Amino acid sequence: MKIVPLFIILPLGAAFLISLYGKKKKRFCDIFSSLITFTLFLISVYTIFSVNTRELPFIYKVGGWIPPLGIPLVIDSLTAFMLLIVSFITFIINLYSVNYMEQFTAKNKFYTLFLLMLAGMNGVLISGDIFNLYVFFELASIASYALVAYGTQAEELEAAFKYMAMGVVGSLFILLGIAFLYSNYSTLNMADMAKTLTTQGVNKAVAFASVLFIVGFGLKAAIVPFHAWLADAHPAAPAPISAMLSGILIKSLGIYSLFRVFYNVLGANHSFLTLFMFLGTISIVTGGLLALGQTDLKRMLAYSSISQIGYVVLGLGLGTPMGIFGGLLHLFNHSAFKSLLFLNAGAVEYATKTRDINKLGGLRKKMPVTFNTSLIATMGISGIPPFNGFFSKLLIIFACIQSKHIGYGLWAIVGSILTISYFMKLQKNVFFGPLPKEHQETNEVPFLMKTSMVILSLVCIFGGLAALPRISKYFVKPAEKVLFEGKEYKNIVFKVVNEK
Amino acid sequence: MSTYFLCLILFSIGLYAIVRKRNIIKIIIGMVICSYAVNLFLVLFGYKMNGRSPLYSPNQQIADMVDPLPQAMALTSIVIGLATIALVVGIAMRIYEKYGTFDITKIKNLKG
Repeated sequence: MKIVPLFIILPLGAAFLISLYGKKKKRFCDIFSSLITFTLFLISVYTIFSVNTRELPFIYKVGGWIPPLGIPLVIDSLTAFMLLIVSFITFIINLYSVNYMEQFTAKNKFYTLFLLMLAGMNGVLISGDIFNLYVFFELASIASYALVAYGTQAEELEAAFKYMAMGVVGSLFILLGIAFLYSNYSTLNMADMAKTLTTQGVNKAVAFASVLFIVGFGLKAAIVPFHAWLADAHPAAPAPISAMLSGILIKSLGIYSLFRVFYNVLGANHSFLTLFMFLGTISIVTGGLLALGQTDLKRMLAYSSISQIGYVVLGLGLGTPMGIFGGLLHLFNHSAFKSLLFLNAGAVEYATKTRDINKLGGLRKKMPVTFNTSLIATMGISGIPPFNGFFSKLLIIFACIQSKHIGYGLWAIVGSILTISYFMKLQKNVFFGPLPKEHQETNEVPFLMKTSMVILSLVCIFGGLAALPRISKYFVKPAEKVLFEGKEYKNIVFKVVNEK
Repeated sequence: MSTYFLCLILFSIGLYAIVRKRNIIKIIIGMVICSYAVNLFLVLFGYKMNGRSPLYSPNQQIADMVDPLPQAMALTSIVIGLATIALVVGIAMRIYEKYGTFDITKIKNLKG
């Protein structure tokens, strides 16, 4: 399949060209980068349809080497599902940054780092080799450290340093885990490693490496004991980057890598699944409680991300088809409404130059588009019935009850109540109430920012349709199958490899 | 076996510096020590007594060849470490410009 490497080549090449020519021609970066992200979006739509109609993954052998020796790039249903989310959100955020990033200097450097981060995330998703996954993981991480520090004000730098100190330790843990696995099974290919694990049996090194992976990937996914960086990094970054970090980076680098390694390579062990459910529940409650006390708009949304990621981890940790389906659907929904909420927060900051919710108020007349889209996102994230968040949360709670984990289900409901309460606080303080004197002259944001918010709000309204069997057959269901069948992954990959 | 323990001790020293030290530069040195310990671990398990370089030539018998992959992994990891450390030192310099100190207990605008 020839289009597989395009997911890495296009953003990497574009990042290079923009850093080279972007300084002279201002419009060139905007147009070129939007074009690239839109192309990637079209390719990912094509990919998800062709993968799911073929029902077998696409494999590209880098340099023509046969997989257990060479590096394969694998696109199966789960990867295609994640690629579609990543490319869609990136395209929307790119449209938004065209206007938003006018406030900063050196736009070409922003686009360079943005596309490098995209290349890293795509690389993590399509890599079929665990060390290669680590390399792309670091590429995306380093770009994100630089983007968090992009404003170069005191707070941004402090947040970036905190994020880096934790991120570096996390990545070293992952590398150490890979080293342990390699020294015991002498293979780096994920499918081949799964095969060797079944033939040679599991020894103690695997348990140790699993713990290292939970720390490393869990840190990027911001599961609760490892969440401290997120609440600083998200408010400090520029709004498009907060949307990108919260919408897709913590999912592709954290959730995807964690569950790909655990379900498809190491094999879903019962005790680790229990640990995931426990960590997920803790994240739901802790994130929700911490969000309640915040006065910074973006910091509240950041804590809300921790809480919502808890639902995804809980759903995927259940290990039943319904739980995995709900978790993946919530992952998709969360990427839509949380990106939208961060873009709304960016629009409010763009118009009023403040993020403190006590200094805001009454913006619903002045900024109707921002207000309406944010209301839709709020209803989506709180799980009000016709919107998308309702279906995924309902599925996760049902799955908890179905697999006799009623306690976890109850905590999920408590988390949902917490969600609605802090979002009511946010809406009341920002968009309702009296308009403060200093914000009388506030205007609505520019056209492209409005467009991107409206597109994402449409996804929030109609996203619930993805739970219908007729649509999920091409979207979530095959991805769920990849995770649920777990160890079947190696057989499928080797079947395709040996085809030709 | 003792070399592996020494490697573990090196890693622990790095972690101690990251967690416990107050000075940003010392934290960065901790990161460097940690990444060197991991690189050392990669090289250690790829080591083979009296092994020969993994070059293939037709008239030679393949015996005692070392595994080239851990060395390639260590090289990649060194390059990634270089990029990370360069960025973190850059950020530390900007922090010094803004706050006028390297002491992390005095750099605390962010809380909550």
